[in-house]
Order: sequence, then C-alpha cells, then structure tokens
Amino acid sequence: MNFEHETSKLDFVKHRNKFFLFSGALLIVGVILLVTLGLNLGIDFRSGTTIDILSDGAVTADEIAAEFEAIGLEPDDITIAGNNNEIGRVKFIGVLSQQETFEVQQHFESVYGDAPTVSTVTPIVGEELARNAIISVLIAAVGIIIYVTIRFEFLYGISAIVALFHDALFILTFFSIIQMEVNIPFIAAVLTIIGYSINDTIVTFDRIRENLALEKRVKKFEDLAKVVNKSLIQTLARSINTVLTVLFAAGALFVFGGEAIRTFSLALVVGLIAGTYSSLFIAAQLWLLLKAKQLKKKRHRQVEQKEA
Amino acid sequence: MRKKRGIKKGLIFSFFAIVAAFAALIAWNVMDQAEDISLGLDLQGGFEVLYEVHPIRDDQEVNRELLSDTVAALTARINVLGVSEPNISIEGEDRIRVQLAGVTDQQTARELLSTQAHLSFRDVNDNLMLDGSDLVEGQARQSFDATTNQPNVTVKVRDADLFGDVTEQIRQMPDNRLAIWLDYEEGDTFYEEIMKEDGKIVSAPYVDKVLRTTDIVIEGGNFTVESAKQLAGILNAGALPVELEEIYANAVGASLGERAMEQAIFAGFIGIALIFVYMIGYYRFMGLIATITLSVYIYTVLVIFNWMNAVLTLPGIAALILGVGMAVDANIITYERIKDEIRSGKSILSAFKSGSRRSLSTILDANITTILAAAVLFYFGTSAVQGFAVMLIVSIVTSFLTAVFGTRLLLGLWVNSRALNKKPRMFGVKESEIGEL
Repeated sequence: MNFEHETSKLDFVKHRNKFFLFSGALLIVGVILLVTLGLNLGIDFRSGTTIDILSDGAVTADEIAAEFEAIGLEPDDITIAGNNNEIGRVKFIGVLSQQETFEVQQHFESVYGDAPTVSTVTPIVGEELARNAIISVLIAAVGIIIYVTIRFEFLYGISAIVALFHDALFILTFFSIIQMEVNIPFIAAVLTIIGYSINDTIVTFDRIRENLALEKRVKKFEDLAKVVNKSLIQTLARSINTVLTVLFAAGALFVFGGEAIRTFSLALVVGLIAGTYSSLFIAAQLWLLLKAKQLKKKRHRQVEQKEA
Repeated sequence: MRKKRGIKKGLIFSFFAIVAAFAALIAWNVMDQAEDISLGLDLQGGFEVLYEVHPIRDDQEVNRELLSDTVAALTARINVLGVSEPNISIEGEDRIRVQLAGVTDQQTARELLSTQAHLSFRDVNDNLMLDGSDLVEGQARQSFDATTNQPNVTVKVRDADLFGDVTEQIRQMPDNRLAIWLDYEEGDTFYEEIMKEDGKIVSAPYVDKVLRTTDIVIEGGNFTVESAKQLAGILNAGALPVELEEIYANAVGASLGERAMEQAIFAGFIGIALIFVYMIGYYRFMGLIATITLSVYIYTVLVIFNWMNAVLTLPGIAALILGVGMAVDANIITYERIKDEIRSGKSILSAFKSGSRRSLSTILDANITTILAAAVLFYFGTSAVQGFAVMLIVSIVTSFLTAVFGTRLLLGLWVNSRALNKKPRMFGVKESEIGEL
C-alpha cells in the first residue's frame, strides 16, 4: 500500500457533499430511531434482576423454567447462550428480595454445581452513570476545543468535536437498529471510540496544518482543497494501518472474547470503522468548508479596506 | 575498521543485549505480575452492593464525616468475613459502594453488611431498657452453654446495677420476658416479631430473678457456632451509625467470571498476535522493532498496574486495547514518516532522524488530547468510567514512552550502525519508489 498524492487519483474533496449527505441522513435516521425505538437497555439501566446460570451441559429454556418453578418463581424472559447452550440468562422485571436471590443461588448451585450470577438494580444507578458519562464527554469536548485552539486553530477544534459526536451517535444508532442489549461496558466502548476518534482526527489535522504551512499562497477554495486532499492521501496508509491493527484486537475480542464482552467488542468494531470514516470524510472536509468561508470573509474585508 | 563506512558491530551487539535483557526480564517475571493483578468482580466473581445512606435519627446530617465513620464500621465488619481485598468507597453525597471480590457466601456477606447491629433490650411493650451504649465495647464473645453445649453469645454491661435494675423491673411484669433486639425500628412490636421465624428478636428469655451481673448471655434458639461467632464479630465491629439501603447489587458467579476472564485473555492473545504479524509483514524490519516495543509496553502496563494496586475490570481491558492501538499508532506514524523521507531520496540515517523528529509533535498532540479527555472522565465520572479513565491514562503514557523512545533507541542502534544503509526494502520501501532529492 502506498499512496503518492501526485500520482494518486483519489479525490476525497470532490465527493464531500455525498459524504455529508450520507452522514447527515444517517444521523437524522439515528436520532429518529433513538427517540422512537430507543436502545434495548440492559439491566444496568432498568429496574429488575438478571440471572446468568452456568450449567454443566446444554440446557433448554424449558428446563430452566421448570427449575424456577420448583422454587416458586416465574421468570419474565429466558434466553440460552454459550457455545454449547450451557448458559441460561433469566430476567425478572422488578427486584428480587434478598431471600429470593438466596434461594435462586442455592437451588442452582445444587442443581448445576455453580452459583449463578445475580444482578439487581434500581434504574437510578445506571442512569446516573450514563448521565455522568455524557456530562464528562461534554466537558471533555470543551477542553479539547480549547487545547486544539491553542495548538492549532479554533476551526480544527470545532471540526474534531463534530467528528467525535458523529462517531458516538453512529454507535448509538447502530445499536438502536440491531436492538442488542446495552450495558455499562457499552458505555466504556463508546468512550474508547471517542478517544480513538480524537486521536485519529488530530493526526490528520496535524498533516493538514503542516502542508498548509508549506504552501506559499492559499487564497482560493481550490488551494485549500488541494492541501486537504494531499494531506488525506499522505496519511491514508497510516489511517488504514492503524484502524486495521486496532480492529484485529477488537475483532478478536468479538469473536473469541465470550458473551460477557460481546456488546462491548461489537461497539468497538462499529465505532472504529465510524471513527476512521469520520476523520477522513467528515472532519477534514468540514474544516475545509469552514476555513474556506473564513478566507472568503477575510478577502472580502481586505477588499473593502482597500476600497475605503 | 577496514572500510571508511564499515558496520559498527558494537551498536548491533548493544541492540541484541538490550532485547535479550528485556526478554529475560519479561520471561522471568511476567507470569508473577499477571497473577498479582487484582481482578474486578466481572472477571473473578464476587459481589458488589451500592448503598444509599439514610440517617437514623432526625437530627443526624449525612456528611463526609458520617460517611467515613460508616465506611470504617463496614471495613471492620468485612474483616469478620475474612475477605482479603475489600474495596469500599464513598460515592457522591450519600452513597457507599462495597465490592467484595471472590466472596463465596454472598448471602451471609450481604446480611452481615446491611444489618445495623444495634443491639437493644426491651420489655414486651417495646420500651427501651438497655441499648448498645450501655455495653462495654469489643467485649462480645461466642461461647457455649455450660449444660446444653449450645453455642451462644455473651456481652458485657458497663455496670452490674444497670442490668440489675432492668431485671428487677422485668421480673415484676405479667409477661416477664426480656426481648433482645437486633436493629429495632420504630413501629416494630414484640408480639409480631416473636412469631416470625427469622425476625429481629435474637432471643427473649424469661426473667425470674434479679441479676446483678455485668455478663449477659444471649441464647438464640437457632444459633450455630458460625452465626454466633458472626454476631459477636459484628457487635464488636460496632454499630452502624446509619441505615443502609441497597440500591444496586451485582453478583457474579465465580465460574462465569473466570470464563469471561479466560476468553478475554485468549482473545487478547489472538488480537496481539495478529497485530504483530501484520506489523512485521507491512513494515518489515521496523515492524519487528514495533513488536519488541509493544511487548515491553504490555509488560510495563502490568507492572504499573500492580504497583498502583488498581483493579482490572472489563472496561479496564478496553482501555488497555485502546492503549495498544495508540502504541501501534505512534509506531505507524513514525514509520510512515521515515518511509516518506526514504522515498523522497534521503539516506536511511537522515530519513530516520527527520522522520522521528517530525512525527513527534503529531504523536504528542494526539496523545495529549486523548489524555485530556481521559482526565475529564476520571474527574467527573463514577466507578466504571473512572476505572476506564485511569487505565487509559496509564496506557497512553506508557505507550508514548515505549513507542517513541523505545523505538527510537532500538531502531537508532541499527540505523547508526550503518547495517541498514542502502537497504530501503528493510523498511518496506521499494527502490522504484525512491525519487530524486
């Protein structure tokens, strides 16, 4: 893989409106989906009890239901998981009492030899965690804008933050579509993607900044577009290689990492792809638009001053 | 030196010496380090409860001091359970999170934690006769009844006369039972509670004579040695100054946690192996250097993690992966730069120098912005988010050091030895790609 900007026919800038349109449409659909369908909130965000039962062999939902009946409980939902169908996941709406929890644990330990995992929660805790995470991200966004404004320029900061929210929203939309249950590790995955997204965008911007300094005259939109395209092509090998290597790790977790982190690793894989896409096609292009507007304004002012 | 531009073998020798030293250190120590890592509940089983703290009395105010007292009382109780590494933390204004990893008997632990351990002595009309403040602290003992050999609990009263007066009063009542309550609450009544099998009345002996003694024996019908010991233990550990309400509880079965751990580690190995293969395939010699510095990175993170006594959880593993990604990224940014410089026609030596210099500011900016985000998450986030943030900061700093300085050092030894001069293919650059300077 080698991308020489002089010989390469790749033109990212030319198609920017298509990318904006694509992302814009996707995000509008995403917001609509999130408002109507919402996310499939796991036990971490809802009042209830989830019990994971590990059996010594394959089990069926009927068998597990029968075992619960034996101790006088009726689960609201039973799903079977695991490579050999050895894990039963049982949900109760509403919180089981300490006594009931105890009975469940004792019963299944004597039947299958392993104490099941029991999580009970009142929704405030998960909600607070999510709210705290959102507030933290907003504050972090302000911090990043300030840092990038000092090191680079205000417009870079704005574009980077737009890309960051694009990626976060993309993951949420994806999970709203597939309706996979989201939990607290899912929040960690979204945070990871936000970190990756910033990192990726800054590397691209760094190259734009450098190439811009090398250009002697940048007056027109076309000059800027050339710089952006050149920078994107120059960093393309790096962008692809980096996302591929991180995808290896996240993909391995998804395939081999087991049930407990499946949601988490899927969110990572989706977010990594969104993050790379947004750095190349959204962040840089948005900066180009904003910068071109700024240049135009400046030129306008200079002309006015001359006339005056 | 025979030729003017001969190969400096000494530098290559130092390279192998450094790599061998690290390989030996890692091979010797890595398993110990990995075993020492404290695992979170999600990875090793155990349970976690988040309590909301409510005041017992109306004049009580839930403040930092009261929360600290509660944490101290809870810690003392957990020692009764014999859990080695409890993690108790204050969260927000009025919350306490208790994490007990590796606890097998979750039910007992939960009961033991949430009981207030307020011992009180009342008559059958629920009038308070004696309470915890009349007892000598730390004097509760588990012992055995002399005749029946039943396990019981003894406590000491400050003053023999005090107990004498109480027994005097009770003796004269029509129903001369003395109820010994654990955690009496306003509204509880003797006749209701005594009917319950697992009620709050530990025992209710009949008082036939005045007992002017400091030793009170509590004999419960269903005491076992174990439960009598635990009651004595929590009485000694002290009463909780507050009422605790469970608002979140999470228990992970040991086998399920272990499975999650094994699978995550296995997946991690595969992911890292793929990264190594890819890096060497794409960047050739530089990729090999990258795999060395990445191995050092992973080892160093383990060591720092142990040294900080941090607890590894699933979100922590997430941060570690992001750290691997950023370490690889720092390598890739540097290597791409060096390749650019080689392609532009520079010599290997000057391409290496300017490539590493020019990539530094990029890597620095990218890392600082991410650290900034992680710091904010740490400061404003709660438990799981905080754990993620700590791991992320450790990972970024370590990856920066190993990827930037480790790579410079190791690659520098080879480049400066001149062994790679005029061998662009070793860097993954074809001769045909090199332009004229």
